[in-house]
Amino acid sequence: MLLEARDLDVGYPVAGAGLFSAARILPIVHGVNLTLEPGQTLGIVGESGCGKSTLGRALLRLTMPTGGQVLWQGQDMASFSASDLRRKRAEMQIIFQDPLAALDPRMTLGKIVSRPLATFAPELSKAERLARAVKALEEVGLSEDFARRYPHEISGGQAQRVGIARALIGRPKMMVCDEPVSALDVSIQAQVINLLMDLQERMGLALVFISHNLAVVRHISHQVMVMCLGHVVEVAPKTDFYAGPLHPYSQALMEAVPEPDPVREKGRRGTALTGELPSVLNPPKGCVFATRCPKAQALCHAERPVLRSFGDRQAACHFVESPT
Amino acid sequence: MARSLSTFRLQLRRFAANRLAMVSLALLVLIALGCFLGPYAFPFNGEDADFDFISAPIDFGSPHWFGTDDFGRDLLVRVLEGGRVSLSIGFLGALTAGGIGILYGAVAGYAGGRADRLMMRAVEVLYGFPYVILVILLSLLFGGGNLALFAAIVFTLWLTPAVIVRAQAQSLAKREFVEAARAGGMTPWSIVVEHIVPNCASVVIVYGALLVPEVILSESFLSFLGIGIKEPQASWGNLIETGTAAMDTDLRLLLLPGGLLAAVLFCLNFIADGLRDAFDPNDR
Repeated sequence: MLLEARDLDVGYPVAGAGLFSAARILPIVHGVNLTLEPGQTLGIVGESGCGKSTLGRALLRLTMPTGGQVLWQGQDMASFSASDLRRKRAEMQIIFQDPLAALDPRMTLGKIVSRPLATFAPELSKAERLARAVKALEEVGLSEDFARRYPHEISGGQAQRVGIARALIGRPKMMVCDEPVSALDVSIQAQVINLLMDLQERMGLALVFISHNLAVVRHISHQVMVMCLGHVVEVAPKTDFYAGPLHPYSQALMEAVPEPDPVREKGRRGTALTGELPSVLNPPKGCVFATRCPKAQALCHAERPVLRSFGDRQAACHFVESPT
Repeated sequence: MARSLSTFRLQLRRFAANRLAMVSLALLVLIALGCFLGPYAFPFNGEDADFDFISAPIDFGSPHWFGTDDFGRDLLVRVLEGGRVSLSIGFLGALTAGGIGILYGAVAGYAGGRADRLMMRAVEVLYGFPYVILVILLSLLFGGGNLALFAAIVFTLWLTPAVIVRAQAQSLAKREFVEAARAGGMTPWSIVVEHIVPNCASVVIVYGALLVPEVILSESFLSFLGIGIKEPQASWGNLIETGTAAMDTDLRLLLLPGGLLAAVLFCLNFIADGLRDAFDPNDR
């Protein structure tokens, strides 16, 4: 197993009232368990603000978890010293939603891509590092002369490729992709997704693919995990999930995907969710989806359902019987 | 495609297109060269008294073009030597104060949380310190002289750049390229030095250009009050002070140092203006 999260809680400190008052923690992600095998892709879906990006960062310890563990190749990441962790970061990388914001505007692309090697492979000379950067750029389909350009001279799709090249330069085993295509044109999205899948095949890369776009997740994932307000509500293999999700929230997400066929789209029954999205500051006692769930009963508001297994899938809902 | 230009080069290019700023820059360089090299062209220095010419008026035929003061010292040479002191304190002071402020602000802004709050409260406490009293205290501490003055100026003027850079660093720390740098295994210190500080450069350069006149002005102000540069060493501040004392009878003692100081301050402000137009992204 490459990566495992056990009961992972993540929150952000909110400034206390005074200079010496302790910071309060605003919880974002609650008790997440997940595993990732080498070469596999875990798709994480959910609406904006559900904590999926926070979870992705916590898996890399870019955000400190407030509870639980993350195990990297069986070792608790909290046990790594700061300098060990820095070197280990070569194996676990991240690419970002806004590809241009992820590039320092004052550096050349060659410098941006080669900079991690100064930490990961300090024995290399500057020229060797740059040569590797050029090679990494070529691996993502960018020519050598990009190394001399600046971020303001390239497009979003090219910027995302540069981000991928930078992530690849330390020969990672895992890459967290935080909404990597949602800021890109549809035509470019496909190119980037195919590049990621191609790299996965060639390098045996494991991906954590965070997205709100179910179609994209379907294309790239092996497993799908659905999050709602910081809680995992469903985990399933891709084919099962897309054949028919178990949790009402997943079903609602699925129904919200527009049909490409305009005639069918028009005839589709409109089942937009109604009801309030609960506040993160004041989470409900029961099921986090109950306020908006069409099937909610009194039990849902009173008691929070736990993840239960149904074959090789799991769902957190009181009323899921068995997979059909 | 054309040669790639860094943002910095593009900004410099925009600055170079600003005529007023370029003229100011040329004039400033000329004044600085005059102050640093000019005195060597004369056979006497600013502390040599010439007893044949005491309080001599302007006379381009005599060896003392702009005349002499009450002690027979050549006014032009004294003004140039004073400019040397004022300009060096101005630029060195701005550089030191700016440097300290940038690092302090960048560290506070990047660190965030409690460290940031403690560091910025400390700045606020120092802001409240009465300036003139501080100079007198430091004069006592260092036994007076240029060092005390320099320390006092730096001590009070690093605060504002620290606050400005801290605000900038705070927003930069949330940017994705900083997160990417952390994912790339960079230490917090190298992130501050390689990512945060260079990206604060625009703000810092503009503010730095305004800091120089501020330092020159406070040096002059303190010397004018008699707690800065002391006679017989000349600075624009104490020359102007002598000049105001003789203002009723002989305006020339005031006009030469005062005019040069005003010219330098104007130049620096025009340069800062040009830099702001070239570097401030909010303006375009």
